[in-house]
Amino acid sequence: MFTFLYNPDRFMAFSRWAAPLFGAIAAVLAAIGLWLDFAAPPDYQQGYTIHVMFIHVPASMLSLFVYACLAVASFLGLVFRQPLADAAARAAAPLGAGLTLLALVTGSLWGKPMWGTWWVWDARLTSELVLLLFYLGYMALRAAIDDEARAARACAILALVGVVNLPIVVFSVDWWNTLHQGSTLFAPGGSGLAPVYVPPFLIMIVAYLGAFGSLWLVRIRAEVWRRRANVLAIRAAR
Amino acid sequence: MLYLDAGKYTPYVWPAYAITVLVFVWLIGDSLMRARRWRRDVEKREQDAAE
Repeated sequence: MFTFLYNPDRFMAFSRWAAPLFGAIAAVLAAIGLWLDFAAPPDYQQGYTIHVMFIHVPASMLSLFVYACLAVASFLGLVFRQPLADAAARAAAPLGAGLTLLALVTGSLWGKPMWGTWWVWDARLTSELVLLLFYLGYMALRAAIDDEARAARACAILALVGVVNLPIVVFSVDWWNTLHQGSTLFAPGGSGLAPVYVPPFLIMIVAYLGAFGSLWLVRIRAEVWRRRANVLAIRAAR
Repeated sequence: MLYLDAGKYTPYVWPAYAITVLVFVWLIGDSLMRARRWRRDVEKREQDAAE
């Protein structure tokens, strides 16, 4: 289905209109989601801190989703040598790092009034921090190796090793006793979220997805141009 | 009616939103500037190569 994207020229033609479209959709959905968020009454238990949920949970979900995208792109680059796959993996890392940092910081700001502490070394928080370290390690490894092919291979292996951490983040609240609450929206006995919060919550998740989609395409385009610039520089030097 | 006053939780709610805005502004700005910079670089090199 997406094989047409393997060709850099076709990808550039597609992303030229898709990136601004995704960005516009994300902006509209974020405006609607935030409006509904602040129109909803405070939660009977958590009071006004419920507002943090609409920016914290989508960031947490996306931090995992972006890493999955990074891992799939790394796999395609490592095994099938797809020309755009490595560019896509490299482009995803800073976005994932930003979203993971956001998840940790907003979670801390939500945790202080609810738990009485900014941070606790429980399984969910610690595994999310490990996820941030994987992102930072990926970017550091990229920057440390001058040979692009070697850097791509080493980073792809690191990205695939980091996949082990994804189920730990997701299921940590089930496998261990954590201060962090378990899944609310997708809880086994049905959603534990009050119906009034469900629409803005889902809209914000789609808005974050749209923002990521748009920014990912923009960063892959930048990466394609960077590689073209390097090829042109080598040709000019001959 | 919008519940914009977070009461005693204001020191936690609004900084969370402020940090979210900052991170997105950084991600958007960095992505766009990076794309613009390399696109201009390619255009300049192609122009130089053609001359």
